Amino acid sequence: MGYQFTKAEAERMFEKWGSQYDVFAPKLMEGEGCFSDTDVVRYGKVTSLDEIVWDRKSDYSLKEVLLAINETLFYFTEDKTTVPEGPQKDILIFLRSCDLCAVQRLDEIYLKNGYEDFYYARVRKRVKFILMGCKTSCASGFCVSMGTNQARQYDAYVKVDNTQKVVYADIKDKVLKAFVEGGKEIEVTPDYVTENVEKVNLPKNLSNKSFENTIWQEYGDRCIGCGRCNFACPTCTCFTMQDIFYKENAKVGERRRVWASCQVDGYTDMAGGHSYRKTQGERLRFKVMHKIYDFEKRFGYPMCVGCGRCDDICPEYISFSNCVNRLTKEEAEHEK
Amino acid sequence: MKNEYIPQLSTIKEVIRHTDVEYTFRMEFTGEVKPGQFFEVSIPKFGEAPISVSGIGDGTVDLTIRRVGKVTNEIFETYVGEQLYLRGPYGNGFDLSEYKGKELVVIAGGTGLSPVKGVVDYFAKHPKEAKKVTLIAGFKSFNDILFREDFAWWEKEIEVIQTVDNAPDGYLGNTGMVTKYIPDLQLADIENTAFICVGPPVMIKFTVMEILKLQVPEKNIWVSHERKMCCGLGKCGHCKIGATYICLDGPVFNYVEGKELLD
Repeated sequence: MGYQFTKAEAERMFEKWGSQYDVFAPKLMEGEGCFSDTDVVRYGKVTSLDEIVWDRKSDYSLKEVLLAINETLFYFTEDKTTVPEGPQKDILIFLRSCDLCAVQRLDEIYLKNGYEDFYYARVRKRVKFILMGCKTSCASGFCVSMGTNQARQYDAYVKVDNTQKVVYADIKDKVLKAFVEGGKEIEVTPDYVTENVEKVNLPKNLSNKSFENTIWQEYGDRCIGCGRCNFACPTCTCFTMQDIFYKENAKVGERRRVWASCQVDGYTDMAGGHSYRKTQGERLRFKVMHKIYDFEKRFGYPMCVGCGRCDDICPEYISFSNCVNRLTKEEAEHEK
Repeated sequence: MKNEYIPQLSTIKEVIRHTDVEYTFRMEFTGEVKPGQFFEVSIPKFGEAPISVSGIGDGTVDLTIRRVGKVTNEIFETYVGEQLYLRGPYGNGFDLSEYKGKELVVIAGGTGLSPVKGVVDYFAKHPKEAKKVTLIAGFKSFNDILFREDFAWWEKEIEVIQTVDNAPDGYLGNTGMVTKYIPDLQLADIENTAFICVGPPVMIKFTVMEILKLQVPEKNIWVSHERKMCCGLGKCGHCKIGATYICLDGPVFNYVEGKELLD
């Protein structure tokens, strides 16, 4: 049901949500950007609507809330293993349509695809999603091309009006709705974009033959294999297992999983020295094909949600959307 | 909900030493397991490594481990009576029913014999369940030969061709690559054959080429792929090739599907 609140009413509701939930939203981290004197917008705990960054896309996605960059799976003590406790409170995540669509992809890998992941599942089942609309398109996103511009699986939608005086909300979830006090019932439809600056046409006839396209070599020559695209991507889910032990007591240690990148050396290394996809070109091909072809072949829909973060973050200015568009064009020409 | 990442302690019942760097660890294990499946074997603080099952006993599984990496190096310091952590088994493994009633040829290179050894064991114990069973096993040199005791009894039950790549003058056994022995195979009915080929990627490539020269249909060939499998659960992504997760969909593939797995 839709509501129109005054800002004060909305903040009061937000405060009540905060008593029940840990609220995560895109937040401005001043001076914490990669380079000196730069800011970054990434997910963190917030306590008021004002703390949320509404006017631009977050540099990193919501996946940091669901999947820690480095997560302790268990502790070793002598011959016992102890699993750390999961989150103690339920969680609210403010996110945009592209990211909410990305959650479906994360669920596909972590809740399905063979086994259910214990750690992801115990966080995921505590999470509710609050959609932030997009009145205008961000510069690099191509959500319309990917069909991710209008996510409907939200628990609530919240919009702070430009004047900062009025807040609109569409609250579907019963528990969240119970905190509503005051406000005026009106029809509220989430803002969503119907056109992006960037448009992407997905190739129709990819196959193992597409490996031979020279585009991979060309883009690979520019790629420095830093893996930033993977870490900014809301749908990249790879990790590596890592054991560590403590210097103070070598009998005690922990097994962790840490985010991994298919673009970085070591990703395919096997004991004994064998590895696959040794060039950046091959790695780039692996990533691009996964996002727009391989995932779809397995699960029925493309992995990429068109958020454009990989383009924003690449230090070599490699554009994923350009790469895909060129691939589409060239593969179509090869067909002829 | 089961936490698949938590390994179980398993006692080392026996250690069989094949070469300086390859031992079989007979581990305590009860539960369903098939040849060709793998376990994530670990030592706390050193990490996990995927190791394929090289034999299935009553309450035990054999893991043949080659000392090549950080984890496997550490495993060699652990012996009988001590314990390793295991989780698994994972992967599809070999489906024995695919090979019954057929002329089965198993071709293995080096440690590649481990994942397929359970299949050889089974048909050597029940030779009547296949029309004919041939094992072609290749090793780098005489000193690299694995499972010597098993070869001794296999030879009594099935056709065995054991070969080494290089041997000093006067060596009495077979020499040369496994591919050398494929053209001479006597097959009564090409259609009713089953070939299993396991080994390093290059060996698989050339072996399959030789098999195809015999006019064997692609669907009669099975291969086992090796990849870095960090989780074994379809999550970590390291073993993915195209749309295929080796840990979930493999590591055993019929060649019709397996030939599409390019990297």
